[in-house]
Amino acid sequence: MSFYDNPDALPPKGVRPPIIGPGQDLGTVTDRIGGVVLTRHTPVFWIIIFAIAAMLAGMLQTAIGYLLFKGVGIWGINIPVGWGFAIINFVWWIGIGHAGTLISAILLLFKQSWRTSINRFAEAMTIFAVMQAGLFPLIHTGRPWLAAYWLFPYPSSMGVWPQFRSPLIWDVFAVSTYFTVSFLFWGIGLIPDFATLRDSAKSLVVRRIYGMLAMGWRGSARHWNRYETAYMLLAGLATPLVLSVHSVVSLDFAVSVIPGWHTTFFPPYFVAGAIYSGFSMVLILAIPFRYLYGMQDFITLRHLQNCAKVMLATGLIVAYSYGMEVFFAWYSANKYEWGMMWNRMAGPYGHYYWMLILCNIVLPQSLWFNRVRSTPWLLFLVSLVVNTGMWLERYVIVVVSLQRDYVPSSWGMYWFTKWDVMTFVGTMGFFTLLFFLFIRFMPAISIFEIRSLLPQSKVKE
Amino acid sequence: MTASHLTSSPVYGLMAEFETPTDLVHAAKGAFEAGYRKMDTYTPYPLEEAAEAIGAHHNRVPLICLIGAILGMCGGYSLEYWVSVVNYPINVGGKPFHAWPAFIPVTFECAILGASLATVFGMLALNGLPQPYHPVFNSPNFVRASRDRFFLCIESQDPKFRLDDTRRFLQDFHPSEITEVPY
Repeated sequence: MSFYDNPDALPPKGVRPPIIGPGQDLGTVTDRIGGVVLTRHTPVFWIIIFAIAAMLAGMLQTAIGYLLFKGVGIWGINIPVGWGFAIINFVWWIGIGHAGTLISAILLLFKQSWRTSINRFAEAMTIFAVMQAGLFPLIHTGRPWLAAYWLFPYPSSMGVWPQFRSPLIWDVFAVSTYFTVSFLFWGIGLIPDFATLRDSAKSLVVRRIYGMLAMGWRGSARHWNRYETAYMLLAGLATPLVLSVHSVVSLDFAVSVIPGWHTTFFPPYFVAGAIYSGFSMVLILAIPFRYLYGMQDFITLRHLQNCAKVMLATGLIVAYSYGMEVFFAWYSANKYEWGMMWNRMAGPYGHYYWMLILCNIVLPQSLWFNRVRSTPWLLFLVSLVVNTGMWLERYVIVVVSLQRDYVPSSWGMYWFTKWDVMTFVGTMGFFTLLFFLFIRFMPAISIFEIRSLLPQSKVKE
Repeated sequence: MTASHLTSSPVYGLMAEFETPTDLVHAAKGAFEAGYRKMDTYTPYPLEEAAEAIGAHHNRVPLICLIGAILGMCGGYSLEYWVSVVNYPINVGGKPFHAWPAFIPVTFECAILGASLATVFGMLALNGLPQPYHPVFNSPNFVRASRDRFFLCIESQDPKFRLDDTRRFLQDFHPSEITEVPY
């Protein structure tokens, strides 16, 4: 079978797979992508996965409900490890979100037209991931109704205000701004596609619903002109924003005096890790999606290869950062820093560290091979490994540093409980639930942007 | 000579439908050169050439964005200053109340937030959206404006608009169809 008949066949040497499969035009693009939403037929796999995700989301509800009833004592946190799963999962989820903004904003500014097939669902992924991330700061005290006055600056009756010199409050602003801007970006991207759905829907109710969401969009040149300007400006605003968000998250650690946290290079290290995990999440979602919905013409091997290359590049930055962490600990000549590093590698959590090195550095080196980058299922496996590794990275950073700090008499151990696991796995379910609703009810690939990539959409002189 | 454009006309305009973006841009350029100004093109994806052809390549969205950024920035910093210095000064490890470097992250985030909100809502406001009703949707084939066809509408409000003359003028660009758009 030749490469041109089978979209997943390995391309011949020297040939780059196209961004859009052959034979698509303005009409077929609309029907293929819009058809997923407008069909009355819900695929069986959708129902099965949705049901599983809904059960896991129910488990999350149970876990949160019990937490509110009992308090954080149901979790594994203790003294000295006061930060456990909640912050690990927060950092993990928010990192995953970063790829969405990178794809939609930064690659747009760099005029990388391949981003167009994957930006819409990468943005959705960002929003849903940030929602999971946002859950943890809200529930991490176990008493969220008391969390408002130190999180948000509002005139409370106690006359108490948030502490603006603390990175934790910077985090509130960074994450909430990030969520808002990602939502706006995603939202305005959807307007013209809602108009398409409004105009292609058969049923009156569906037409009305998408009509309201499209807000009366009619594709006027004046509107497109302002729209494109706004889209570009948002991309320009989201670019420094996305870099700032994980930098601020890293400052939650770096501003403290805990060995292993107090380093100046945390911001770029965290941002690289975020993009690394985010791209692997994009692949975890894109590979089954293109297969299950037959979207190989829009998400081609080219997209998968490019995502893999970004993963390889950011993975190498992450590897460099791990090396630098060890180097700094040694070069600082600070016995606590070096003791922490030694504990990280050979202490009671040493196996976590070596698993992390295996998952984040060793195995992803397979991405150097074109065969791995061009084989979707292999890429899927590597992505799962990377996301596991990124979770372990946060575990190692959070737990190992807290577990043994300056005074040996205050050393301790951390064991997560079933409630920790239920909350974490529950957020994965909730994420999947939201994502599947999105795939069913909104165009998961940007229709109008794909149109403008087609050869016949260009004006000939 | 009747001033038909001054009285309320029963027609919103004349809608010409084209099959390719090239034909549309050609017609839009022609109409602009012939002196028509109140017109618009409708395309299924952004077509820069069409906006340029009808003389719509400048807009005020960047200015609104800048204003939003400045307001957000000033708002964020003043909030921090007022809270930390005026209303609730609290001594933490001898750090100054007006610790301006520590105020930068929130100021930055507020500037981005203000700019983004201003950009999106400014764009929608300038476009007059949400708009539940617009006459162009009365044009029978207009559903394809969000699919695979390209439309040029010369509006009856244009001083040069005469139903028959304009129709004849549009005919020269070989559109696949010309329809009158009722209000």
